[in-house]
Amino acid sequence: MAFAAFGGAAARAAAEPAPLKKGAVAIGLLAPGVAYLLLFFLTPLIALVFTSFEQPASSGAIGAYVPGFRWQNYGEALATYWPHFARSFGYALIATVAALLIGYPVAYFIGVTARRWPLLQSLALVLVIAPFFISFLLRTLAWQQILGTNGWIVAALHGLGWLGPNEGIVGTDFSVVFGLTYNFLPFVILPLYTSLERLDIRCLEAGSDLYASPATRFLRITLPLSAPGVVSGTLLTFIPAAGDYINADQQYLGSPNTAMVGNVIQGTFLNSQQYPLASAISVALMVIVLVIVAIYIRFAGTEDLV
Amino acid sequence: MTQQMAPTVVEALVAGPSGGRRAPRGGRRWGPGSWLLPLYVVLAFVFLLTPIVQVIAYSFNDSRRNNQQWQGFTLDNWANVCDQQGVCAAFGMSVLIGVVATVIATVLGTLLAIALGRYRFRGRTAVNLLLFLPMATPEVVLGVGLAAQFLTVGVPKGFWTIVIAHVLFCISFVVVTVKARVASLDPALEEAGRDLYGSSLQVFFRITLPLLLPGIVAAALLSFSLSFDDFIITKFNAGPVTTFPLWIYTKKSVPAEANVVASGVFLLAIIVVVIVQVLQARRRRRLARTP
Repeated sequence: MAFAAFGGAAARAAAEPAPLKKGAVAIGLLAPGVAYLLLFFLTPLIALVFTSFEQPASSGAIGAYVPGFRWQNYGEALATYWPHFARSFGYALIATVAALLIGYPVAYFIGVTARRWPLLQSLALVLVIAPFFISFLLRTLAWQQILGTNGWIVAALHGLGWLGPNEGIVGTDFSVVFGLTYNFLPFVILPLYTSLERLDIRCLEAGSDLYASPATRFLRITLPLSAPGVVSGTLLTFIPAAGDYINADQQYLGSPNTAMVGNVIQGTFLNSQQYPLASAISVALMVIVLVIVAIYIRFAGTEDLV
Repeated sequence: MTQQMAPTVVEALVAGPSGGRRAPRGGRRWGPGSWLLPLYVVLAFVFLLTPIVQVIAYSFNDSRRNNQQWQGFTLDNWANVCDQQGVCAAFGMSVLIGVVATVIATVLGTLLAIALGRYRFRGRTAVNLLLFLPMATPEVVLGVGLAAQFLTVGVPKGFWTIVIAHVLFCISFVVVTVKARVASLDPALEEAGRDLYGSSLQVFFRITLPLLLPGIVAAALLSFSLSFDDFIITKFNAGPVTTFPLWIYTKKSVPAEANVVASGVFLLAIIVVVIVQVLQARRRRRLARTP
């Protein structure tokens, strides 16, 4: 079941207790939710595919399009905007790896090391979740201020000569990846925590009784046992990061040179009203993401994950 | 952005550490140097919390000219938040949308979770896929898809189109969260209710629902925070309506009153989480005491 990929260990640990009942009640319970998703998720996606093939109306007015089969929309989308696609997936990949490297030790500390101190564990969890409670846009703006030309970090780097006199941090590839890493870090830590929190310490003790080095214990015991957390944490970071465009926005941590697919979609759909082009870019983005996710789950997962 | 949040987030938030698992013995045996990991963790927390401190600090900035640099301490921003044009209206709009979307998403999602957790029916895989796909779809695609459909059908964008969009991305998370709870429910409790001649409705409202409640509350809190802070999907479906994140986005230089609102929400949320954690801890202790 694909769900488990997002649930990490949590969804896996739930055993199948009660035998499933049969009954017409199920239809009644399912109907409203399924109808909602068909109407507002599936239908719009199909509509999006149709829109992506539309052609300009003969009137030539801005935003006026008629149904058609203009597959060139996709050609134009990819030919014009391939650097944005490359940036989106490149940034998302680097940010995911960075968040995993930063988040794994934190999750290990909260889930394993801090077991002896429940209060510390609770406090650490609240602090990991804390960023969710303060506006995403304001947090990103705060980094823009801290990393900006008037901030002490840039001043220090200028002083050390590590940055040229006219160079800054905001508006570079680095600042966008930095922002993405920051904003999605809790999404890596929490599923990892749930996995590691279930780690049976006796497995590690058995490993050391058999003279395994700390590195071997980590690679052969801890890491495999936390794999569900790694998979769900990386998915929860990679997918939204690839579609994000706030970090890459010029008003936030980006510049025209860091524009991602999301920026292009917003520009072409909301500003220049090139609906078919924006739809084609969106469909392409979704297809690429789904292919990557499917390959990743198959490659990384056991039967629990798919 | 917070669309793809794991159910584990909620679980961690509401349940806290499960306790009772064996702690590693002998600190020195685990890892190279017992101070390296704590130091790393402290640095990671500094990284996580720095922007929060910055946002809260700048809510006290005497920012009549600009809020980009520190100008001096003042309480004016807190005292007269609503003097800033539009900020309180945007905040109220976000709360209203959050509440309406949360109620709808929680009801629909809970029904789906019970059906998936309890009943056998044809098309299970299809329903699971239908719930998984919105989580695996970048938010910007969900936003454009809905906006394109509203455009085609001729629905004017506004309050209800935002609500529809928010319910869409909340539903899957409600289902995942509540379903975990349904799976851990002891069927013997419901059987006992039926043995005592409880009708199906009585069993549901007196036994099933109260037992599912922690999961449902967690799902509702998650839905609200997802909805309240959402920017991307809202941007595509808002039309003339301004939510709090949209209001921030329209500002070239964000006034300190935005920091006040965000800081207030933050403090409130932290208080709620701490209360929930304390209650959970007390409940665990009570359960641990009963034989």
